Amino acid sequence: MQFDSTRPIWLQVMGDIESSIVTGVRVPGEKLPGGRELAVIYGINPNTAARVYQELEKSGLCETRRGMGTFVTEDAECIAALRAELARQAVREFINKAGSLGLSKEEAAKMILEEE
Amino acid sequence: MLESKELTKVFGSVTAVDHVSLNLEPGHVYAMLGPNGSGKTTWMKMAAGLIKPTSGKVLYNGQPVGIESRRHIAYMSTEPYFYPWMSIKDVGRYYQDFFQDFSMDRFHDLLNKMELKEEMKTKTLSSGMMAKLKIAVTMARDAKVYMLDEPFNGIDLLARDEIRACILQFAAEDKILLLSSHLVEEMEAIADSAVFIKEGRLIECVDLETMRQENGVSMADRYRQIYGHVEVGTNA
Repeated sequence: MQFDSTRPIWLQVMGDIESSIVTGVRVPGEKLPGGRELAVIYGINPNTAARVYQELEKSGLCETRRGMGTFVTEDAECIAALRAELARQAVREFINKAGSLGLSKEEAAKMILEEE
Repeated sequence: MLESKELTKVFGSVTAVDHVSLNLEPGHVYAMLGPNGSGKTTWMKMAAGLIKPTSGKVLYNGQPVGIESRRHIAYMSTEPYFYPWMSIKDVGRYYQDFFQDFSMDRFHDLLNKMELKEEMKTKTLSSGMMAKLKIAVTMARDAKVYMLDEPFNGIDLLARDEIRACILQFAAEDKILLLSSHLVEEMEAIADSAVFIKEGRLIECVDLETMRQENGVSMADRYRQIYGHVEVGTNA
C-alpha cells in the first residue's frame, strides 16, 4: 500500500481495513492479523499498527479478545453504519469536485444517471 | 535506555559531533537523518562503544557504553567487514564466536528471506547481496539495541521491501532500533520517530505521527525544511 506521508499512517491503514470490512473482503467474526504481523504486512511501525487496532476497537468495528487476538465485529449494524458513512464521504467528495467544475448538485445527479 | 549526554567528537579541526544530547527509549524505531558528513556515523560509533568521545558520554541503562554494553548493542557499520575468503556460512560462524546472543536458526531464516545461500563466497557477492548479508548477520543477534548505519544503501527497490519486513519483524517493546539513512522516503512508514542531525548538532527528535497529524508534514517535508536545498533520496 502506498501511503500519503503527510497524513497519519495509522489513519490510512485504518481506512484500508475499514474498507475491507464494508466491502466484505473481511467478514464479521474474522480474525485479524496480530499487531506485529500487521506491521510487517503494511510495512509500518509496530506502534502505528497497535494504534490502528486501538482506534478500530474504539470505533466498535473490531474487538480484542484477551489472549486470542483481534476480530472483526459481528455487529452488523455497526458495519452498516460505517458503510453508510463511507458512502456519504464519497458522495460529498464527488459533489465538491463537481462543484469546483461549476456543476450544480442537480446537474451532477443528472450526469450520474446518464453515465453507463 | 540509550542516553547521549553532551556528546562531542572532534577530529583535528573538525567537530564531527557537537554536544548532542538525546535519549532513545525501548519500543521505538528511530530514523537518524542528515546529509552525508553530518555526524550520524560518528555518533553511532560512539554509541556502540567503538570510538571514544572527545567529551560528553553515552550511557546504556545508566552505565557508560563499553565492552559490557556491546553484548546488548548490535551495530552495523557502512564498511564491509568480512574477509573475502569467507563463505556466508563462515560469516555466520564468525559471528557466533563473537556474540553469545547470535542465533544460527535466526540467521538461516533471514538468509532464506533475503534469498542468500550459505555456500556463496563473500568476494563474489554483488553490492546488494553484501548489504543484505550485513543486515542478516546483524539482525540474527538477539540484542536489545540495533543500530544500522545506512541499511538501504546499494539495495534495489524490491530488496528494500524485504529488508523493511525483516527489520519490522524484530522491532519490539523492549528493543531500540536506530536506522540512519539519507534515503528519507524509505524510512517514512517504519520509523515512529525522527532524529535530525545537521553539521554535528542535534536539530530535533520528533514523533512522526504527531507531526503528520498536527502539521500535515511528512518526514521528507521536514527534512527539506531543515536541510534546504540538499537533494533528498539520492543514492550514494
